[in-house]
Amino acid sequence: MNYSIDSGMYPLGSCTMKYNPRICEEISSWDKFSCTHPFQDYSTIQGNLQILFELERMVCDLTGMDYFCLQPAAGAHGEFLGLLLTRVYHESKGESHRTEVILPDTAHGTNPASAAMAGYKINEIPSNTEGTVDLDILEKTLTNNTACFMLTNPNTLGIFESDILEISKMVHKAGALLYYDGANMNAIMGEARPGDMGFDIVHLNLHKTFSTPHGGGGPGSGPVGVNIKLEKFLPIPRIGKKKDGTYIFDYDAPESIGKIKGFYGNFSVLLKAYIYITLMGKDGLKEASEIAVLNSNYMKQKILESGKYKMTYKPLRKHEFVISCEKLKQEKGITAKDIAKRLLDHGLHPPTVYFPMIVMEALMIEPTETESKEDLDRYIDALIKIADEDPEIVKNSPINTSVKRVDEVGATKNPILTWNMI
Amino acid sequence: MKFIPNSEAKNEMLKEIGIKSMDELFSDIPKKVRTTNLNINKGLTQQETEKKLRKIAEKNVSCNEHLCFLGGGIKLHFMPSAVKALASRSEFFTAYTPYQSEASQGFLQAMFEYQSMIAELTGMDVANCSLYDGVTALSEAALMCSRILKKKTFIIPHNISWEKKCVLGNYAKGSGIKIKEIKYDYKTGKVDLSNLKQTIDNETAGFYIENPNFFGIFEDDVNEISKIVNKSGSLFVVGVDPISLGVTKSPGDYGADIVIGEGRALGNTMDFGGSSLGIFACKKEYLRQIPGRLIGLTKDAQSKRAFCMALQTREQHIRRSRATSNICTNEGICALTASIYLSWLGSNGLEKLARTNLEKGNSLAEKITSINGFEKRFTGFHFNEFVIETKFNINKIYKMFIDRNIQGGFVLSQQYPELKNCMLFGISEVHSDQEIDELVSVLKGVS
Repeated sequence: MNYSIDSGMYPLGSCTMKYNPRICEEISSWDKFSCTHPFQDYSTIQGNLQILFELERMVCDLTGMDYFCLQPAAGAHGEFLGLLLTRVYHESKGESHRTEVILPDTAHGTNPASAAMAGYKINEIPSNTEGTVDLDILEKTLTNNTACFMLTNPNTLGIFESDILEISKMVHKAGALLYYDGANMNAIMGEARPGDMGFDIVHLNLHKTFSTPHGGGGPGSGPVGVNIKLEKFLPIPRIGKKKDGTYIFDYDAPESIGKIKGFYGNFSVLLKAYIYITLMGKDGLKEASEIAVLNSNYMKQKILESGKYKMTYKPLRKHEFVISCEKLKQEKGITAKDIAKRLLDHGLHPPTVYFPMIVMEALMIEPTETESKEDLDRYIDALIKIADEDPEIVKNSPINTSVKRVDEVGATKNPILTWNMI
Repeated sequence: MKFIPNSEAKNEMLKEIGIKSMDELFSDIPKKVRTTNLNINKGLTQQETEKKLRKIAEKNVSCNEHLCFLGGGIKLHFMPSAVKALASRSEFFTAYTPYQSEASQGFLQAMFEYQSMIAELTGMDVANCSLYDGVTALSEAALMCSRILKKKTFIIPHNISWEKKCVLGNYAKGSGIKIKEIKYDYKTGKVDLSNLKQTIDNETAGFYIENPNFFGIFEDDVNEISKIVNKSGSLFVVGVDPISLGVTKSPGDYGADIVIGEGRALGNTMDFGGSSLGIFACKKEYLRQIPGRLIGLTKDAQSKRAFCMALQTREQHIRRSRATSNICTNEGICALTASIYLSWLGSNGLEKLARTNLEKGNSLAEKITSINGFEKRFTGFHFNEFVIETKFNINKIYKMFIDRNIQGGFVLSQQYPELKNCMLFGISEVHSDQEIDELVSVLKGVS
């Protein structure tokens, strides 16, 4: 009745569904961690504080940022914090007129939503024929009113923005900040760091890159990293270490924006990510990204060799890739949605569909490093097989699931959200 | 320990797709920014990791090892084994957001049950399937009031947590919402009604009360508050501890438009304050303004009952900058745990639990105030938290507690400078009479 990563491959693009190590679940459920109260005396929570202190150092190292705030509960929450920091940074320089956020048309939906919530106007710019940022358009769009440029790198097509150093130069020359959406960090761990690329603000998704379970929607954790010029604005409390080695919460930050969430963030998720990084180590994390990218390129190549699906833009992809079912739609009348539903009949979870919007009938596939070659082959075979199947079967799928195709339009037209509403 | 099955198949796979080396796969990253080395340690085995974490854990004292009388919006509660067992089934916790409804009926139905129970508990028509926590839920409620009424002022009372005010201030900035704060009555600990009347006007989008409030006091003038809010044409937002709803009226009964709360206590562990569960419920007429995910009941192609995500056009992945909120990842598994917990308790169970909390709260307060030099700071009727004022040195008492392995109460003067020599105590069904006596005997020794 409920598909999960434990049931099989779950290649949702930009979602990084990887295996959730059980040791992380076990350790985080120990009373010593799970049964601690946020207001306990420092002398009784030194372990928790050590975890937070060391995790901050670890993610700084991985991203090349100077400081991190571990409070945000999700990626979008981190974006929101990042944009509030952007706001206060410009205000502190007397530049409150910077009221616009620029982002590419391939950006995740949370980017414009977070920017709007932080009070910004959004200016979405079209990608170039390579599927990356169009430098000419970016240069023309950047003005004295630009607060920040938000970018995912690799972007949602799975393409690395190779012009990142030029982009960074341009953005900073205009007096704006460069924001890194870390949803796709699983592609570059140990290979490249956002801080070295010139990003000023970074958020990570611990529930993606660092293997903490998605829990059918959450909890997540979206820590935000900044370089030194933004440090003083970070939320309180910061995690401090005294000369004698004891850890404390440090509330002494007069220019801090205050808080973004209750207490200290989703500690249980932070703890699981700490355990994951401890297990993997620097070599393991690097290899995770390497194999994630290999798995993605392997699948991409095999699927394209079949000739059933098309892929536009640059051929080399990172941890995810986006193919189009447009050809199948025109020849056989089957859509990306039909293919997604038919995959369920094959016992497989579909990829993300219809995103990014610049690809028609898009299937956005992110296999992650925890899948075996056998599983990848099985998935490739299913996609090819479906393309050859009787279109009527595909259009009427799924048939092997506990319910048949669900009427989602009806659920919205006539919303029944509780038993009492029937 | 790595979780990478294709380590061995690597070369074979590279060869198969005509790529010479791993480096070629990363050739699109400018050389100048290629990472050469990280400072993070090398990976450990599972055994080593467990040992390392055990050492770190030893530096903590859990609330099962010492007496914890801390509150402040989070308390130790009993976790039934059956709830834990069901919520930790991997079909639930290793699933993603249920975008593919045909393969997610289990989780979807559990969320539908959660929405139904939360709506019923709060007396609202609808509930979403979670926000990050009770703190951000208040912020989202304020934004929603402003969207509905197109007004830019939101009023909160002083007797809510410092954190909530601070986070609300940050959420309000972007929409240009002005936050006004009204006083509480220093005698009762409840909202100051005359100050509310002076402050609220027809430019007010909404007014918030917490029931019970940060000092544990029930706001029992709710009918009058509701009238005042209604008269000004603003919306009435109420924050709850869901367990208290076992003994109190539901906010829907006294005119609330939106109900929010922290739902962690419903079967979830404390986890040092997170994860958490933001409860959000409201009246039907505001349905299209709700932030976050909603699960709806519908039919499948064979007209069989089915569940799926509903009204997604409010959400960021469809509406982008015009979404009702930026929230995507929520607190799904905590909501699922809450729905299992509430089903396990049933309405009788919840009532019994709430009664026990109420009785223990009042019995502890009585015992403490029977000691010379300790008084209840407020006269208002309280639930399972309350404020004690003492004539003795509060820091000395705090130190005595720590020396005797007791956590709590929480010293209030840092957040409420007007509450000198005051401590907030919290208690719940987990505290035995013997444990209560232990706390009381320490306090008796103060004088």
